Amino acid sequence: MVTLFVVSIVIFVAVNLLPGDFAEAILGQGATPESVAKIREDLGLDQGMIVRYFQWFGGMVTLDLGTSFAQLNFANSLGGAGTVTVADQIAPRLANTMFLATVTACIAVPLAVTLGILAALYRNTAFDRAANIFTLSSISSPEFFMAYVLILFLAVLNPIFPSLSNIFDGMPFSERLEKSMLPALTLTLVVTAHMMRMTRAAIINLLASPYIEMARLKGLSPMRVIVKHALPNALAPIINVIALNLAYLITGVVVVEVVFVYPGIGQLFVDSVKIRDIPVVQACCLIFAAAYILLNLTADILSILSNPRLRHPK
Amino acid sequence: MSNLLTIKGLKIEGRSDETWTPIINGVDLELKKGEVLGLIGESGAGKSTIGLAAMGYTRDGVRISDGSVEFDGVDLVNASAALKRGLLGKRIAYVAQSAAASFNPAHKLIDQHTEGPVQHGVSSRSNSMEDGVELYRKLRLPNPDEIGFRYPHQVSGGQLQRAMTAMAMSCRPDLIIFDEPTTALDVTTQIEVLASIRQIVEEFDTAAIYITHDLAVVAQMADKIKVLLRGDEVEESDTRTMLSAPKEDYTKSLWAVREFKRPEKEAVPDGAVPVVSVRGVTAAYGTADVLHDVSFDIHAGRTVAVVGESGSGKSTTARCITGLLPPRKGEISFDGQVLPLDYRKRTKDQLRQAQMIYQMADTALNPRKTIGQIIGRPVEFYGGLKGTQRRERVNELLDQIELEPSQYYNRLPSELSGGQKQRVGIARALAAEPKFIICDEVTSALDQLVAEGILRLLADLQDKLGLSYMFITHDLATVKSIADEVVVMKDGIVVEQGPKTEMFSPPHHAYTDLLLSSVPEMDPDWLNDLLKERGVDNIGDAAVDKM
Repeated sequence: MVTLFVVSIVIFVAVNLLPGDFAEAILGQGATPESVAKIREDLGLDQGMIVRYFQWFGGMVTLDLGTSFAQLNFANSLGGAGTVTVADQIAPRLANTMFLATVTACIAVPLAVTLGILAALYRNTAFDRAANIFTLSSISSPEFFMAYVLILFLAVLNPIFPSLSNIFDGMPFSERLEKSMLPALTLTLVVTAHMMRMTRAAIINLLASPYIEMARLKGLSPMRVIVKHALPNALAPIINVIALNLAYLITGVVVVEVVFVYPGIGQLFVDSVKIRDIPVVQACCLIFAAAYILLNLTADILSILSNPRLRHPK
Repeated sequence: MSNLLTIKGLKIEGRSDETWTPIINGVDLELKKGEVLGLIGESGAGKSTIGLAAMGYTRDGVRISDGSVEFDGVDLVNASAALKRGLLGKRIAYVAQSAAASFNPAHKLIDQHTEGPVQHGVSSRSNSMEDGVELYRKLRLPNPDEIGFRYPHQVSGGQLQRAMTAMAMSCRPDLIIFDEPTTALDVTTQIEVLASIRQIVEEFDTAAIYITHDLAVVAQMADKIKVLLRGDEVEESDTRTMLSAPKEDYTKSLWAVREFKRPEKEAVPDGAVPVVSVRGVTAAYGTADVLHDVSFDIHAGRTVAVVGESGSGKSTTARCITGLLPPRKGEISFDGQVLPLDYRKRTKDQLRQAQMIYQMADTALNPRKTIGQIIGRPVEFYGGLKGTQRRERVNELLDQIELEPSQYYNRLPSELSGGQKQRVGIARALAAEPKFIICDEVTSALDQLVAEGILRLLADLQDKLGLSYMFITHDLATVKSIADEVVVMKDGIVVEQGPKTEMFSPPHHAYTDLLLSSVPEMDPDWLNDLLKERGVDNIGDAAVDKM
């Protein structure tokens, strides 16, 4: 909670350091100083930064994310058909992003851990090297490049999945899943390498420990030694890396969303920054921060649960 | 009867810097069913390597280059990995030196116990669990019905070692390799484990290879003993012959180590001011008191041995004296002058007076500094010497610890042997020109011959420089050889203290008596006699608990 508070200050200050403001952005080059001042006054932008921070923060605490500047303006000019709050605007986008992140995690995490275990088992063999080269090259190329490669192979040459992921509310689940497949696969390629290499390294790190030697001397098969004896003790670092990557899936997917026209929170965020729609930008930032904190907290709790020493003190 | 295990001309090489260097140079070994062979030697003699090779196993970077290992007709050197896996755990089992490190921390004891039998198809999980409980009972583990459901970290070291022996027995193997199973244990715990191991090996008529560096221990366990030195066999004969009439000089020298003794010193004159005086010290880690009202004196030119088992508060006492852990209550004075309890409040000169030498010379020396820098640092800090003066003083100190200055000045700690590193630790303490040195288990990580050299050096330095030592140890043989006075500690309390001669002659405090009688003797009948005297259920921790 304290962390979130500190983060909220940082976000607020950072966003306000952006050059220009909503009034200038919306009115364009021909704006008269009077009209700029008018809009600023309407939106409360003429007040001091500290006052504005506490107005915003106060709303935050009561779960009122504020009103989007862009929607406000739009609604007013059409005759005030009611205002759209930031929450209304973010909620569906966030849900979409979570959906994509969940689909990706369901593919990437099992894949990465399995590959990591196999790479540890067959370490320094052709399989290990191939897995490493493949995952590393996919993480080293830019995301949009991987996205276009996938579109080329899975949408253009072999039309398996649609190349556009313009999902909308009320779409049936299966269709939604199908449309999200390409962005999910792209993201899988991006996050797998990190998790796989951590799994492999964490396991191999333990292979020199006496209890692994003991397991081998009990005549257990190499697979069992790794899955049953090394993996449970390697969970803590693996869980942490997984959490970090899941957080990335929520916060860092702008490029992939743009390529596939996927209506996620990343796109909204970028658009809002462009027009200086400050309430939306701040709310997005705060959600990203909360996601990071929450996932890392979960990782810490899971690490403790995976360690009998911490679960059962003497 | 044919041999269960036959090793012929075994040569093993280890990899270092791209070349293979020999570790074992052609060792032969024969073991019949139900026979126990003791493998003995100093560290680096290749005992463990042979033990593992007897299972057809080598660690990473080690290979069997020549010779054969035949177990019950199977050639383990050339057998396939799958064939070996079928034998390991099922017919050949292993008990490691540190059970605490060799049990998987993520699984309960009983799950690790049943894993072997279930995986090898010897018995079902439930049968194996029942058998496990039965074995725990035979090995006299407390709460045999429940202890298996604990995780390794919830069980004490001695109990873990017995649980590991039970695990080794889980498939009723024909051969067990015991690799220093009691080395990490206290004497009173060691007895329990020894008695348990021997009982179970006899009961199931299991053959065993018992690896240790402790002669007295192997005398209790083995039918025959093989002595190793740097990868070569020195000699082999049955236990009684080996103890009473060793043939080779090296073996005799091993036997002789225990005979180093210092002459008695005169009694301290009445009214002499002690160099160090500890008065009513009570200290705590966090909120739990670990020392209770500890008091003793150390006089000029004398050695006080502080004896006790792990957790008895010996090292904590040392930390209190040096001020690293300010005591909660009590008083510490040097030469009659009361010192601030926190080292940060002591003057440089007060700090100079008391120096420490640590157990692990490996970790106590900065691996990136040369010997000259390590010793030169306190010379400069306390003595204020610089340049050639500093260099001369360091050379002088190197002379005192019997290391040739021109050879060692620019070396790194990693280029020194364990004993040499400990000598550098001593020189570093001497560099401050202290009156008083705390030696914290300084010989327990060293081989007996090397340890004796260190003890002799410390004794010489005491005679020459009039130093006082506080000698922390759990090894009563060391106490016998070097101490003038003895302080016996248990659970943070001083249970008995006095001059050495008094302490080693009856009547003793009950705990001192238990400690003394638990030190293995070279007599092969010692353990039998002791068990008869105390009764099987009244040894080791059980006896401690009854006090």
